[in-house]
Amino acid sequence: MSHAKGGDTRTIKVDYLARVEGEGAMYLEIRDNAVVDVKLKIFEPPRFFEGFLRGRDFREAPDITSRICGICPVAYQMSAIYAMEDACGIKVEGALRELRRLFYAGEWISSHTLHIYMLHAPDFLGYPSAVEMAKDHPEAVERGLSLKKIGCEIMSLMGGREIHPVNAKVGGFFRVPARKELMELREKLLLARDLARQTVEWSATLDFPAFEQDYTFVSLYNGEEYPMIDGRIISNKGLDIAVNEYDQHFEERHVGYSNALQCVMKPKGNCYHVGPMARYALNFAQLPADIQETARAAGLGAVCNNPFQSIIVRSVEVLYAVSEALRVIDNYKSPSVSSIPAVPKATTGYGATEAPRGLLYHRYTLDSDGIIEDANIVPPTSQNQKMIEDDLRRFVPGCIDKPDSEIQYLSEQAVRNYDPCISCATHFLKLEIDRK
Amino acid sequence: MTEKPKLAVWKFASCDGCQLSLLDCEDELLAVADRITIANFMEASSNVIDGPYDLSLVEGSITTPHDRERIRDVRRQSKFLITIGACATAGGIQALRNFTDTRELLSVVYASPEYISTLNTSTPISEHVKIDFELRGCPINKTQLLEVINAFLNKRKPNVSPHSVCIECKKRGTACIMVAHGTACMGPVTQAGCGAICPSYNRGCYGCYGPMEAPNTSSLVKWMRNLGVPEDELLRMFKTYNVGAESFRCAVERVEGEDK
Repeated sequence: MSHAKGGDTRTIKVDYLARVEGEGAMYLEIRDNAVVDVKLKIFEPPRFFEGFLRGRDFREAPDITSRICGICPVAYQMSAIYAMEDACGIKVEGALRELRRLFYAGEWISSHTLHIYMLHAPDFLGYPSAVEMAKDHPEAVERGLSLKKIGCEIMSLMGGREIHPVNAKVGGFFRVPARKELMELREKLLLARDLARQTVEWSATLDFPAFEQDYTFVSLYNGEEYPMIDGRIISNKGLDIAVNEYDQHFEERHVGYSNALQCVMKPKGNCYHVGPMARYALNFAQLPADIQETARAAGLGAVCNNPFQSIIVRSVEVLYAVSEALRVIDNYKSPSVSSIPAVPKATTGYGATEAPRGLLYHRYTLDSDGIIEDANIVPPTSQNQKMIEDDLRRFVPGCIDKPDSEIQYLSEQAVRNYDPCISCATHFLKLEIDRK
Repeated sequence: MTEKPKLAVWKFASCDGCQLSLLDCEDELLAVADRITIANFMEASSNVIDGPYDLSLVEGSITTPHDRERIRDVRRQSKFLITIGACATAGGIQALRNFTDTRELLSVVYASPEYISTLNTSTPISEHVKIDFELRGCPINKTQLLEVINAFLNKRKPNVSPHSVCIECKKRGTACIMVAHGTACMGPVTQAGCGAICPSYNRGCYGCYGPMEAPNTSSLVKWMRNLGVPEDELLRMFKTYNVGAESFRCAVERVEGEDK
C-alpha cells in the first residue's frame, strides 16, 4: 500500500487502518527526507446524531447516544446522564454514585483489555491479529480474554448487557443490584486482579521505540480519586475549568479530508492529548499506593510521555478499575431508592466523563418540557485526532532511513497508540445531501 | 483435509457494536477461529485474504453513494451474506433522517458541508442486494450470532425464534410490567432474542430488536393510550433503532394520521 512517487518524494498511505474501531486511512508525504504532509483521514460515514437528538425527550439521550459507539456505550450514557442531571439541577451521590463507578469500571476493563491484547499487542509482537498471536502466545491471549470477560460481566450485571446496556437512567438506575449479586462478581474480580497485575508486568516487557513528547495532557480531576465520572477539567499547562466552561476553551474544526471534526484548544488551535496517559499524568497521586508501586516496578514514572508505552498505562488503569470495582463491592450498602427524581427545566446542561479513550463532553439545551433543542457531543478521538497527526509528523523523521514498509508498520502502530475510535469521532456532522 | 470456510466481516454506517459481539465471545472465539478462517475482519486483523468468501457478516446501513456501490461488491464476493444488527436489517437509528425534511436539514448551517458526501436516507442492506439471513437486534445477541454462523457452516436453518419478547418474559418468570405496574412496553410487538432484559430491570422494552413476525401495533397503540402515554411519546417509542422496519414505520404514519 505504499509506493515511491518518483524523485525525492515518498508517499506512504494505508487505505483502511486495521485494528481500530471504525473506518479510517492514513496518508504521509515525505520530501527530501522531511515529512511534509500527514493526514489521518476518517471516511466512516457520518450519522448525524446531534441532528436527530433535537426533538427527543431528555430521558432518551443516554440510550440514543450509546448507539454512537458499541465499544464504549457506558461512557456515552454517563456523559449524557451527567449533562441532563446538570440541566435538572440534581446531584446523584452515595451508593448510586458508587454503582456508577462500578459500572464504568466494567467498561474500562473490557475496552482497555480489548485494545491491549487484541488490537495493540499484535503490533509489538509482529502478528496481524490476536488470533494469530494466540498460536505462539496462547497464555497471553487467554489472559486477555478472561480479563475482558470479567469486565463484560460487570457491565452485564449493572447494565443488563455489555453492549448498549439498558439500566442507566437520569437520576440513577432502573434497578440496583442486591448485595448477593455483587458478591458473585467479587470472586471473579479477585482473579481479575491477579490477571491485571500480570498484564502490567507483561506489557512492560514489550519493546518500545524511544519517542518522548512534551504533551499537553487534559483530563478530569477531583483531587480525591482517579477520575471517571466527575471533576474539573485540568491540564498540565495551567488549564483548570469547570465542565460548563469547556466551549470557551476548546473548539471543533472541520478539515476537508476527514468526516470527523478535529477539536483544538483556543485561542491558538493547539492540539492536546486525552485518554489514559493524560489521566495518569494528572492523577497519579490519586492512585492507591500499591498500584503506584506496580506502575513504578513496570518502569513508569509519575508521568509517561512515550505514547508507545500507553499500553502499560492502559494496563495500570485496568488494574485500577479492578481494584475500584472491588472497593465498591466491599463497601456496598444497597441504596434506599434506585433513582432520584429528575425534573427538567428550560436551560443548558453540561456533562463530561472519562471514556476509556479520554474526555467525553456532552452539552444539551432543553425546553421547559425536557425536549432537546440543541445537542453537542465531543468524543475523545475528535480531540486526539490532531495529536495523532502531530505524533506522526515528529515520529517519522526518526525512522526515515527505514524502508517504506517499515515506516508504514511503525506509523500504523503510532496511530493505534491512541486506540482511536473512529465510529465515535464521526457522528457529529451536520448534513449535506447528495441528490442522486 | 478440506479447506476451512472463509469468513468476512464488513462494516457500513454503524457503531461497531455488532461486530464487537464476535470478539465478545471470549470463551468461543479461539474455537471458532479454529474451524473457520477469519479472512477479512479489519477491526480484528490487518491480514486480509482475498475473496470469494463462504460467509459474509454485514454490519451497518447504506448512507453514502460509495457504500451503495461497495455493498454490491461484497455481495458478488460472498456465497452467503448475513446482515447483523438493526442498522443492517432496518437502517438503524440513523434512519431517523428518512423522516426529516430535506430543506430543513440543508438549512442547518455547517462550516464546510461541501466536504461531506451522503445520501438523504439510511437504508437496510436488503434494499440493495439479496441477503440470506437477517439477525436482528441493537445490539445482536452473541449466542444467536454463534448459532447463525454455525447453522450456515453446517448448511441448516438457524434456530432463531420470530416470536415476541412477551414469550421471553414468561420464560424467565418476569411479571408483565405493563399489566402489573402500568409501564409502557414495546415487548408485545418486538421480536425476541435479547432475553427480555428491560422488563427484568424494571423498565419497558424499547423495541431494539425490531418488529416480530406480524406484530399487532394497532392493539399496542390502544393499550398505550389507555395507560395515558402522551401522543408525542407514543410516536417516539416507535421512532428509534428500528424506525426503518416496515411495520414500525407504518405504525408511526398511522398514529400521525390519527393525530391529525
